[in-house]
Amino acid sequence: MAMKSAAFEAGLPAVACRNVAKTYGEGETTVHALRGIDLAIQPGELMMLVGPSGCGKTTLISIIAGILDKSDGDCQVFGENLAAMDAGRRTAWRRDNAGFVFQSFNLVPALTAAENVAIPLLIAGTPHAEALARAADMLDRVGLANRRHALPAQLSGGQQQRVAIGRALVHEPRLVVCDEPTSALDHETGHQVMEVLRDVAARGERTLVVVTHDERIFEFADSIARMDDGRITGVASGARRAGREAQR
Amino acid sequence: MNRIALKMLMGDRLKYFGLIAGIAFATMLIVQQSSILVGFARQTGSFIRDTAQADLWLMDPQVRFSQDPVPLRDTTVQLARGVSGVEWAVPLYQGFLRGKMPDGTRFTMILVGLDDATLMGAPPVIVAGSLADLRRDKAVFIQADKPEKKLMMKRGGGRPLALGDRFTANDQDAVVTGTYRARESFFWEPVLYTTYTRALQYAPPERNSLSFVLVKVKPGHDVDAVKAEIERSTGLAVRTNEEFVKLTADYILNTTGILVNFGLAVALGVLIGSLVAGQTFYNFTLDNLRHYGALKAMGVSDRQLIGMLLLQAATVALLGYGIGVGLGSGMGWIVASQGLAFSMPWYVPGFTLLAILSVCAIAAWLSLSRVFRLDPAVVFK
Repeated sequence: MAMKSAAFEAGLPAVACRNVAKTYGEGETTVHALRGIDLAIQPGELMMLVGPSGCGKTTLISIIAGILDKSDGDCQVFGENLAAMDAGRRTAWRRDNAGFVFQSFNLVPALTAAENVAIPLLIAGTPHAEALARAADMLDRVGLANRRHALPAQLSGGQQQRVAIGRALVHEPRLVVCDEPTSALDHETGHQVMEVLRDVAARGERTLVVVTHDERIFEFADSIARMDDGRITGVASGARRAGREAQR
Repeated sequence: MNRIALKMLMGDRLKYFGLIAGIAFATMLIVQQSSILVGFARQTGSFIRDTAQADLWLMDPQVRFSQDPVPLRDTTVQLARGVSGVEWAVPLYQGFLRGKMPDGTRFTMILVGLDDATLMGAPPVIVAGSLADLRRDKAVFIQADKPEKKLMMKRGGGRPLALGDRFTANDQDAVVTGTYRARESFFWEPVLYTTYTRALQYAPPERNSLSFVLVKVKPGHDVDAVKAEIERSTGLAVRTNEEFVKLTADYILNTTGILVNFGLAVALGVLIGSLVAGQTFYNFTLDNLRHYGALKAMGVSDRQLIGMLLLQAATVALLGYGIGVGLGSGMGWIVASQGLAFSMPWYVPGFTLLAILSVCAIAAWLSLSRVFRLDPAVVFK
């Protein structure tokens, strides 16, 4: 894991976006994907970004995760300005700090569940045997201990998404971004996947940003940011925060 | 990441085997055509190599290849012998003659006449009889290899010309008193050996009959210096064995179009290989583009991506190359056993390896450029 910056150590939000804008194209064909986003996500928070298709949710998490450049504004993640980094440093930052859960799982078909989970460790240079051992532990935590040698095609949708969650968490990133993690799953399976995310991912100071349309999983959120036409239209506390506050 | 790269490569068996098959086919094509070309080139010089007891060949400057002698005056032999540093110099006759076998089958031969006294220039291996048998009356040696192809009696004989058979050379009697073995020749006509004097009897009369003078340089003398001295004193061309081999090969390969035709076939092999291997590998990369995007998002560096794609390309290149060379060699073995031109010196598979690696490197580079251009944000689309 990367060293925390001084600013982050000082108690700043995990993600702090101020007036972030993103445009595509020029002149009459300009598309304003984001129009001045102000957003703060605290360490350990599970925030859901919701809104209609094309409102900018995916663009926003792409900028937060350091895989897309903003056009304007300021976005600090764990106190670091990713836009100021060169491509190589940003790639290394993602490798050390970010985990990804994709809508369509994006598992490599030729690799077993354990090998898929081990990918972030292998990218970071972890020896193969050690990476596979840690991947096996992670599969155990997401409830797939007995499926580690299965290929993605031999797994159900829910199992594949749990493998993807394992892959997103195996290198213990501080930030996990999830793009529609339940949209390809039925209600019950989606619920189970969110339980895994809540129980395994959203622990300690790990920050989760989940893009979703699925209102049925709102109960898992600490906060819900509603977006429309490239803007945040409101941020509400979620059930998880209420539950956590009640526990205190 | 190397294991991941290899597993991704081998995951889709159909594409994986298709890639290897494409490269193997291209390799086989390049190896086979190149080896046939080299085989032809080598065969053009087989007569010169089989007559390699001498160091130098003295000939008319207009000679273009080994079967194209321009007659010299007989006194040329004496002129050569008079040059300092010459150990010996002997005459050699070579010419195309018509012959008729015992059953009446007509054929064209290349008749070689060796110096009566020394029999210098004789073929390297005598199979039946001894070289001295050439001095017997009307004696002629025929090639022992494949007489059924070059010296077959078709009109009732039903067998090839053999030891003891009588035939006519330019309507004059000849007897087969021995057989020899030599390298496969580029020329289809059978090569028959006799003595120089008898060869002149068989040959149509000409003012000058001497084809070449074979010259041996004395030990301790510089071949180039002796060569220059003979050229100066005779006004003729003098060539070493290798120079004469090269002159012959260059002329035949260029004038017959063999070089161009086989060169085109080799180029076609490279082109087909590039298209098949390149497109298949590129398609393989495109099919995996989403996964590469995910890997980029997860933090795979450009260097790691280059390593992965190059490893994949090198793997299919080497596997396809190995299979292709094996197939090409196997087909070559069959072709060579039929007496056709096929020779695979080390530089043929060496050149082929370079060509195949280049093809795969280009394919990998095209694929890499596509992956480099890939926006990792594609994984969220």
